[in-house]
Amino acid sequence: MKITVDEEKCCGAGQCVLIAPEVFDQRDEDGIVVVLAPEPPHDQHALTREAAAVCPAAAIQVHDTP
Amino acid sequence: MSPNEQTRHYPLAYETALEPAAEWAELRATCPVATITVPDGSQAKLLTRYDDVKEMLADPRFTRKDLDGGTGNAQEGATTSAAADTSEPPFSVPRHGAEHLRWRRMVGKWFTAKRMAALRPQMTAIADQLLDEMTGRGSSGDLKAHFAFPLPVYVICDMLGVPAEDRDRFSYWSDNFLNLTRYSAQERQTAVGELVAYMSGHIAAKRAEPTDDLLSTLIEESSGEGGALTDAELLGTGIGLLVAGHETTANMIGKMVAMLLADRTRWERLLENPSLVRSTVEEALRFDVNGGFGLRRYLTEDVEIGGEVLPNGTTVVCSMAAANRDETAFENAAEMDLARTPNPHLAFGAGPHSCLGQALARTELQVALEVLLLRLPSLELDIPATDLERLEGLLVGGLCEVPVRW
Repeated sequence: MKITVDEEKCCGAGQCVLIAPEVFDQRDEDGIVVVLAPEPPHDQHALTREAAAVCPAAAIQVHDTP
Repeated sequence: MSPNEQTRHYPLAYETALEPAAEWAELRATCPVATITVPDGSQAKLLTRYDDVKEMLADPRFTRKDLDGGTGNAQEGATTSAAADTSEPPFSVPRHGAEHLRWRRMVGKWFTAKRMAALRPQMTAIADQLLDEMTGRGSSGDLKAHFAFPLPVYVICDMLGVPAEDRDRFSYWSDNFLNLTRYSAQERQTAVGELVAYMSGHIAAKRAEPTDDLLSTLIEESSGEGGALTDAELLGTGIGLLVAGHETTANMIGKMVAMLLADRTRWERLLENPSLVRSTVEEALRFDVNGGFGLRRYLTEDVEIGGEVLPNGTTVVCSMAAANRDETAFENAAEMDLARTPNPHLAFGAGPHSCLGQALARTELQVALEVLLLRLPSLELDIPATDLERLEGLLVGGLCEVPVRW
């Protein structure tokens, strides 16, 4: 799994950090999303998908890798 | 509009406070773009389907009214739009495009998930103290008045650096801003004047002696190169955060607890498994039928929604609460599923204008629920759930009281 984010779209809601704090963070200076683990380990996949699904700005894309 | 199409009065009628309006299901199924008359007599279009509401809220072309807005005159804004529409803060906060984005990012850093997590101990202490006071009075009472209402005021006052002794005045001003029917025009104007005067003085005091709070930091950043926020914007930010951050959460705490106690197996399930608190809060936000008026969008060009072309100039009301009960978006939408995952509800809106304070609201709701489960496991409603009364006339939607015993 690979994650990409669109910083322009990000509205700083913080849902991704609340759900998957090992994968996402927010920048201190403006609250915009930071990806801590662009290729998250298996045990984080479900939470990562949930974070992407509920992002109010649809700023998180999850790409499945073989 | 076809000649036979019905025009409905909005807000729609409800039978009981926790049940959805009967018309929602019908509208979603057969009339996704309904014609409505709002209380001021004007007409608008009502969206009730999940996909339509989400698309409209997130569409960057259609933001809020006041596209010609600029930084305007705060007093004029106060007298003309206070209490008229919660989706429009009555003071000048940039509402559109790049300026809005810039403002949002300056303020947004105060509402990050991490920052809110750091506030948890403080929130828990406030919640504990409120419960001490409430339980000290007896074994029953109105959870809203004694717990749900003061908690968010105390938290937002702390964030704004407002001293504890002024919290009750803040609470009155906030209610006045959002209530359409309780206060006369004169009372509203007086309250707006008082709040503007208070907040202006507060900002001046922070400018003179900055402390470690949100306003002090914004003032400091604004005095630097390329000055970020004008005085009117600072005022708008302070007032906007108070109004937006208080009554919404206060009412949601009350509604969430009422929903959980209305079918007490929900409460018992949480007592057995407190790890469900996070998903329960999300589900309560989705399940809430009292979401308030809905957010308005003003079309500045023709747009096709739900197969219908709406002309430039149309006012669109997006019912997030109706969208959150849409069966096509949520399996068993009429069931309150405390473990629902994922839960992409629209209670905080969507897109570039989605609620700035949502991490704060979520944290407050989680803390409120955790503390109640721990301290008052025997909590139950003191009246039948069907007797709970909706708070009419308040744009954000809530219950008049949440009578409980423990």
